[in-house]
Amino acid sequence: MSAAESTADVAIIGGGLMGCSAAFFLAQRGLSVVLLETDKVGRQASGTNFGNVRRQGRPISQLPLANRASRIWRSANELLGADVEYLQNGHIRVCFRDRPENVGKMEEYAAQAREEGLDLELLSGNVLRERFPWLGADVLAGSHSALDGHANPRLAAPAFARAAMKLGAQVVEDTKIVHAAKIGEDFVLEAEDGRRFRAPTLLVTAGAWAGKIVSQFGEPVKLTPRAPTMSVTEPVPYAILPAVGVMTPDEVETVYFRQVARGNIVLGGSTRAPSYPDEYRAYVMPQNTMTQFHHLRRLAPALAKLQVIRVWSGIEGYTDDSLPVMGPSGTVPGLFYAFGFSGSGFQIGPGVGETMAELIATGHTDIPIEGYSIKRFA
Amino acid sequence: MNGQVVIVGAGPAGVRAAEALVKAGVLPVVIDEGRRSGGQIYRRQPDHFKRSYDTLYGSEAHRAAAVHRAFDALLPHIDYRPETLVWNVAEGHVWATRAGETEAIPYDRLIVCSGATDRLAPVPGWQLAGCYSLGGSQVALKAQACSIGGAVVFMGTGPLLYLVASQYVKAGANVVAVLDTSPFAGRVKALPKLAEQPDLLWQGMKLTLALKRAGVTVLSGMTPAEITGDPETGVSGVTIRTASGTLRHFECDAVAMGWHLRPETQIADLARASFAFDKATRQWLPEIDGDGRAHVPGLYLAGDGAKVLGARSAEVTGELAALAALADMGVAVDKDRCRHLRAERVRYVRFAQGLAEAFPWPHQFVADTADSTVVCRCEGVTAATLRASVSEAYATETNRAKAFSRVGMGRCQGRYCGNASAEIVAALRGEPVECAGRLRGQAPVKPIPVGTARTDV
Amino acid sequence: MTGRFRRLDETDRAPVRLTVDGSDITALTGDTLMVAMLANGHALRSAEFGPERRAGFCLMGACQDCWVRDADGNAFRACSTEVAEGLAISTQPLTADWAVAP
Repeated sequence: MSAAESTADVAIIGGGLMGCSAAFFLAQRGLSVVLLETDKVGRQASGTNFGNVRRQGRPISQLPLANRASRIWRSANELLGADVEYLQNGHIRVCFRDRPENVGKMEEYAAQAREEGLDLELLSGNVLRERFPWLGADVLAGSHSALDGHANPRLAAPAFARAAMKLGAQVVEDTKIVHAAKIGEDFVLEAEDGRRFRAPTLLVTAGAWAGKIVSQFGEPVKLTPRAPTMSVTEPVPYAILPAVGVMTPDEVETVYFRQVARGNIVLGGSTRAPSYPDEYRAYVMPQNTMTQFHHLRRLAPALAKLQVIRVWSGIEGYTDDSLPVMGPSGTVPGLFYAFGFSGSGFQIGPGVGETMAELIATGHTDIPIEGYSIKRFA
Repeated sequence: MNGQVVIVGAGPAGVRAAEALVKAGVLPVVIDEGRRSGGQIYRRQPDHFKRSYDTLYGSEAHRAAAVHRAFDALLPHIDYRPETLVWNVAEGHVWATRAGETEAIPYDRLIVCSGATDRLAPVPGWQLAGCYSLGGSQVALKAQACSIGGAVVFMGTGPLLYLVASQYVKAGANVVAVLDTSPFAGRVKALPKLAEQPDLLWQGMKLTLALKRAGVTVLSGMTPAEITGDPETGVSGVTIRTASGTLRHFECDAVAMGWHLRPETQIADLARASFAFDKATRQWLPEIDGDGRAHVPGLYLAGDGAKVLGARSAEVTGELAALAALADMGVAVDKDRCRHLRAERVRYVRFAQGLAEAFPWPHQFVADTADSTVVCRCEGVTAATLRASVSEAYATETNRAKAFSRVGMGRCQGRYCGNASAEIVAALRGEPVECAGRLRGQAPVKPIPVGTARTDV
Repeated sequence: MTGRFRRLDETDRAPVRLTVDGSDITALTGDTLMVAMLANGHALRSAEFGPERRAGFCLMGACQDCWVRDADGNAFRACSTEVAEGLAISTQPLTADWAVAP
């Protein structure tokens, strides 16, 4: 194989939001970066998710990372020189009337979150309906996070990739890495068409596809590919500012919605479908669209009159404990991981990128990520 | 010979498919969006309307009547669901919705006869009130006895352009001009293929003569420049550049525009049919064998929804697809009949090739769409924004361009801008149009309300 | 007032009364909502992303350009909905309080 070799300080496999933002922050630190993407950057989980820039509801231990990400989202347009449609209009997490036990959990969560710098306001259903008159009678109580918001996932990862390119990063799309190995001091990555890439540091941000790569380094992780159920309505006058979601132990009830400034309402949640990473396919199951509509009508009855004009899905990788794999390899020096965000990666994405860049460039980060070590699956 | 067959569409293809099944003792479910059967071309006027078949369908009156009669005779034998939208297909079920209620209807075999809609080229001003698709202008007349305006310009290309314009003249509407982007010379060159259907060729020539005799300006080889008008009051005229290069303006309050048809392939796409690029029409079509079998077992495609071959051919391919389904179910079918139908289909394919050569899609005109022109009517997105998705955000094909620019992201899901978007993206990248791909079909096939509720669980 | 559409035939049908933006109009039994509105007026709605009024496009349920709403916010595709006595249609966008829960 005499294919040309491309070298960099850091190679990244996987051009989702994690990989693209890591490429940007690494380039900002002056490192040379080559980002390798099988398809197009930001097309799967990063581009097809709901677009929640939501800290509340995340594990308390993840809030420092989420807070870091929030700071990046707030300045994203200036940082990237592109509009990612970030709206800091707040996020409301509600529980339904038939699950009163969740009110106590919300209170407990709010108390802990406050210590991590996330202020949540707990409101009764009636107070919520006074302030947000579109909420339905089924809403028992809710928690309002004023400084959370939402953004456009179709635009975010590509915007980070383009900003990284402006700083000199190589972004190589349509390039599937089929073999990865550390040879001497360098990682050598081979693409399907024989092209080779070489770097002393490798970051794997390959989402649902990461399993095959990490197993080549002897650190297998089980990832379950799933597909979120997403829909969008016709545009209607802008009336709903915050993003809204349901806190519930029952997946079928976990619905959420947000209105974009153009007027369309993005609907998400309810049961996820399986997805097929090898075929690069994810399908929306109509029965899930129907349960989504049903629970959304409980959440905001006026949505019932709006027309849904499109549904979509994408490929997400879930770990068994729904927590990401993030940090250095347990076995191979110079190898780093950030994948398996289990349907909850969008908000923290830029924070993950900045943290991984910091870790790679300095060998250290103050952000607590020990709990995400790949060693927990060893 | 058990096995549930679902037919989507009750136009000529769906009717003949249902008829062939019933004849073999297989009783299908027939789901159709229309209030009445007939599809678009043989659309039936509402009750209370009294015009004759001759008035409505002209030279095709006996064919329309035969299709209508055939379907009416099937009614006792089929599970007919009018005014019902198939909005998704998954795991052996079509999801059908009517009046806000939806159910999953199981099938063993699915015959999709989804028809076609007009293919549109963006023209500056085509977002103004008073611009209609050519097929739409025909529906106004046929189904509602109306003209789309007080002074109508017909613009585009293809036999439908002349047919609808002459139907308007005959019905007493004021037709200002018929403006064709195709040069006349191309029609002469295509004559050998068009001679496959001599009576249709003759009809076409008669229509043009009748239009000229009625004093209608008929121009070939023209280039649209602008549809003029006001955002509040709508269309006021059409400006074109003639074949000889001079600008001409026609005052009007309505424009009917269309450049042939494009198949409605969303249901086939959701049923996971594969697609291939068709060079003659510069469109992506679902892949089928000569009988209408898609690459997915149990999926059959017929009529203009598979490949635009016209209403006569739709009757042939509808029957052929049903016979294929029956054969696949182990039912004995008349092999001579199949051979005859296949041979018929081949002749319609050759005729359609002739039409595509005689009335070509003006792809260079579309590729050259001015930056300020609205490409996507739903989202109000201009060619400049579409081009920026390529030149500034590195979109390489039309789905990516949609994600960045919103072209094709609106209510119509790219039906009316998808062909143009591909031409513009490909031209900017200096690639053949097939490299720009096709907009993938996404449910719902047409909008459904969040209020939609299941009735089957 | 003259509308956008011109009736050429079939005018001896029974009248149907409805209102558009609060004004009474008379249509004919068997009219689509679109024909009823455009035989009496010039537009169905306003474009969301442009300055222009819209009056439908394809008349066969494909382009989705002709959606209108009644006073209760129920949506109708004007080209494929038959008129009914007493309908009250608005050609204006939903008001900002559309989302308020009933």
